[in-house]
Amino acid sequence: MRKPTTSSSLQMMPRFHPPYISPSDTGTTCFKETTRRLGYLWHSLGNEKMVVKVYGKAQAVCPQRVMHCLVEKGVPFELVHVDIDNMEHKRPEFLQKQPFGQVPYIVDGDLELFESRAIVRYLAEKYADRGPNLLGQTPEERAKVDQWLDVEAINYNPWAFPIVFNLFVLPIRGLPANEDDASAAVDKLNKVLEVYEKQLSKTKYLAGDEFTLADLTHIPATRYIVENCGLSRLLDDKKHVKAWWEDITGRPAWKKVVSFVETGGSNYSP
Amino acid sequence: MAVKVYGAEMSTATVRVLMCLEEMGAEYELVPIDFSTGEHKSPPHLARNPFGQVPAFEDGDLMLFESRAISRYVLRKYKSSGPDLLRDGNLEESAMVDVWLEVEAQQYEKAISAIYIETVIKPVFFGGVPDEKVVAESVEKLGKVLDVYEARLSESKYLAGDFLSFADLSHIPYTHHIVASPHASLFESRPHVKAWWESLASRPAYKKFEALKRFGVCSALERCSWNKTFTFFPFKLECRKTMFADGVHKQLCLLLLLRRHGLR
Repeated sequence: MRKPTTSSSLQMMPRFHPPYISPSDTGTTCFKETTRRLGYLWHSLGNEKMVVKVYGKAQAVCPQRVMHCLVEKGVPFELVHVDIDNMEHKRPEFLQKQPFGQVPYIVDGDLELFESRAIVRYLAEKYADRGPNLLGQTPEERAKVDQWLDVEAINYNPWAFPIVFNLFVLPIRGLPANEDDASAAVDKLNKVLEVYEKQLSKTKYLAGDEFTLADLTHIPATRYIVENCGLSRLLDDKKHVKAWWEDITGRPAWKKVVSFVETGGSNYSP
Repeated sequence: MAVKVYGAEMSTATVRVLMCLEEMGAEYELVPIDFSTGEHKSPPHLARNPFGQVPAFEDGDLMLFESRAISRYVLRKYKSSGPDLLRDGNLEESAMVDVWLEVEAQQYEKAISAIYIETVIKPVFFGGVPDEKVVAESVEKLGKVLDVYEARLSESKYLAGDFLSFADLSHIPYTHHIVASPHASLFESRPHVKAWWESLASRPAYKKFEALKRFGVCSALERCSWNKTFTFFPFKLECRKTMFADGVHKQLCLLLLLRRHGLR
């Protein structure tokens, strides 16, 4: 069991943890996984030649989710701008990489991935040995993280998206918004947040008493809702949600992402 | 001790979890939740799933909801007794499984669920009429998603790679209903998608579900104690007690609609 440390530099130092050996392991999986983790340790000791590339627009919600995870883990990356205002993401060259025409996708060495929630799962697993533990320690904790990750994707995002799209994105582009869609979504999101209020009165974070991916994936869209759509009232009457929100947005890694986006950064080094 | 799944077979999300349990040969108990009485919104069920949805899952002290999260837990718990469907030991492979699971949840389900709700749930359980405009839009959306799948499956045998994974199996519950409907052409007309589906439908767990008629709608109607048959050209009407015990008249209409939609 990894003991928590208070020093942030100690937290960021790469450590080697042997993989979990299941009773059915013949030895091959253990060997492969151990070798892989030793490889990452070697890279993280200053021998990283490959920088993760994140393709997307900095202001968009989904690339911010990925960038936040990278910053939490102290992983350098390059943000390659995709001009979604001019429909670059719908052109054939982009569709070769992300066939649904959405941002982000990442390139990590030979591996190309899309869908931000899959990307953050991959990063949290790959860099399990550095930074905060974003996936839980036991199978039960991992299941809770998976559960609340899916809640965000399936019960939260369907309402968060039309609010951000209609009350923030379209007005910036000078395009007409659908106020009815946004208003209906606000009511639905409020009901979802009432469920969150109950959960957060029992646990400090969604999946338990530690910050995990399940909290992280909520931040970019919720920040636009609260700060740019004039809907801070959604949190005001929910004491525990408000405290959770202030805690997770107060994390140094998130503040670095906000600053990186606002200063038009393209290369991040921890 | 056997794990418990609280749900209903008409719920595709419940079937997703049950399929995983079957694939891993796990012992489980299905505790039915009665939608007709609003049981899914009752306090005991809200304690299991605070969104009042199905399924919920119980393993000793652990209570979970969200079908894909439950399925991941099940696939890990019983890993030694079934296929490796999450590829946890391989970072790149498990990443690809996660990618295509997200695609299933974000792209595929959004298109296909609307077709299922309009053409099956609405008429069968609520005596409603499908909104043809919604169906047409959803069919078009699903067609575009399946074009991406066709391209992907021409490069690899399964979605995440040349290995079967949970990303493929997660598609079964909704797809089962749509390939049995007039919209099956969406799948039939795309050769790689068709071959992929046939591979999934040939799995023992799938065949067991089909044989036991556990894919929801039809099984609920068949499991009843009272029935009469009338021949009424061009239909043969089988009158049975509805799952909501609504009476004969509604049941007659429901069965007519089921035949029209090619579901019976």
